[in-house]
Amino acid sequence: MATTDALAVRIEGLHKSFGRLEVLRGIDLSLAEHEVVCLIGASGSGKSTLLRCINLLEPIDAGRILVAGEEITAPGVDVNRIRRRIGIVFQAFNLFPHMTVLANVTLGPRKALAVPGATAEAHALGLLERFGLADKARDYPDRLSGGQQQRVAIVRALAMSPDLLLLDEITSALDPELVAEVLAVIRELATGGMTMLIATHEMGFARDVAHRVLFLDGGRILEEGSPDRIFGSPREARTRQFLQRVTEAGRL
Amino acid sequence: MSFTGGPVDAGGLIDLGGSSAPSPRRERRRIPPGEALRSLAVGAASTVVVFGILGWIVVNSPGWAAVQASFFDPTWFAYSLPEVVDAFTVNVQLFAIAEVLILVLGLVVAVLRGIPGPAFFPVRLIATVYADLFRAVPGVLIIYLLGFGIPTLDLPGMPTEPFVYAVAALALVYSAYVSEVYRAGIESVHPSQEAAARSLGLTRFQAMRYVVLPQAVRRVIPPLLNDFIGLQKDTVLVSYIGVVEIFRQAQIIQAAKFNFTPYLAVALVFVVITIPLARLTDWLVARDRRRAAAVAR
Repeated sequence: MATTDALAVRIEGLHKSFGRLEVLRGIDLSLAEHEVVCLIGASGSGKSTLLRCINLLEPIDAGRILVAGEEITAPGVDVNRIRRRIGIVFQAFNLFPHMTVLANVTLGPRKALAVPGATAEAHALGLLERFGLADKARDYPDRLSGGQQQRVAIVRALAMSPDLLLLDEITSALDPELVAEVLAVIRELATGGMTMLIATHEMGFARDVAHRVLFLDGGRILEEGSPDRIFGSPREARTRQFLQRVTEAGRL
Repeated sequence: MSFTGGPVDAGGLIDLGGSSAPSPRRERRRIPPGEALRSLAVGAASTVVVFGILGWIVVNSPGWAAVQASFFDPTWFAYSLPEVVDAFTVNVQLFAIAEVLILVLGLVVAVLRGIPGPAFFPVRLIATVYADLFRAVPGVLIIYLLGFGIPTLDLPGMPTEPFVYAVAALALVYSAYVSEVYRAGIESVHPSQEAAARSLGLTRFQAMRYVVLPQAVRRVIPPLLNDFIGLQKDTVLVSYIGVVEIFRQAQIIQAAKFNFTPYLAVALVFVVITIPLARLTDWLVARDRRRAAAVAR
């Protein structure tokens, strides 16, 4: 999609509450095209909520979100049209258990984009092949390992050819030995220039793949910078405290 | 080992299947082949003795001759069975047509009850009131009101055959129940499934149609079958509005011959039809439970 605005995403003053609990307290954030940004922070700091707001899965209370220059949070915007351009991968995979892998991957293109079945299948099989899942195309999700399921979920999002990919702690539900295969997929996507916003607890991975790291704390972006800066010399006490705890847990 | 196998040990009834490694207790519980054969023999013998005694008591009690003549007369049974079986084709038509309508109408009501948004409040209200009302009112009353009431209105174009009103009444009553079954199924599908579908850009309707409903319907097939069994039996209620079905046919014979054996023939027909369905339902429930356990593992 050609646009004069090189910003993939711009978020201004985003607020979101669940009842009396204010989860996001004024988020300002920009993402350039082809940029990979990692969101780190403790559980409950608002990472998931921020991603769900960008995909319009949660209505926002204040502020605005622009994707490729278009204000997607404006009243009257067709949410389905917006979501077709933004892929999201969830922590718990959320594959459709009653469909084969191939049907999972082609559902979006066939129903939301009205791509003919044969075309959608050919595209899907190409993607599955690329991520080492070609032999799983006819299997049901419950026959796959967690890592394979999560890779299928990524392929399902990619099948829509999104302009932006949101990844919501996609390795948190995986056994440790399965994390690497999923992160390898994300690395490949990053190399390929996919614009991604990644909520993660994998600090080593964030350091490796991110162009920029944001530390979320209490619904605000407390600190941001290059991975080397954030992980090497964090300025804020909260950031240092968080990273120290993570290091102690052996995840860095 | 000091543990001597109390009630907890009895056949693993308490075992919820959560343990991954075989426990020592499970090993000890394995029954040797000789013992299994012995259990079978004891079970068979005790069954024969118990039922033999019960049968002897019944047949030798005073008044058995009168009971047998009135309820278990072989001659009347042989006479009435073909007649009631013939009339049963009407019941089959009733429940077959009604069931198709019920499965559709119940689903529509269930989906309408779940449509969000203030603009759809009247739709939700109508669906809710319908389900509440038709579950509250006795089915016979609905059958009477439709079967006797509507024809007296003399409205042009309205059918006069009681069969039509019978199907309509059964469909209205059972759709209310079935809509609740569907609704439970829809609510049992985790919201993350709808979120995943909507995140792909599917509309709310598409998410419902391709993701939520297929899973929901699969889960509620056993309770749907249960309601289907109920419907089959309730087809006899429409005899009240003059549909000559199996029960009415038995009444006709009974009234003419002063013998109740025809009703036993009717009972037998329903037993033969519904028990296999009940077993199928049980089997489906057991299969779902096994699958759920396999996934949870």
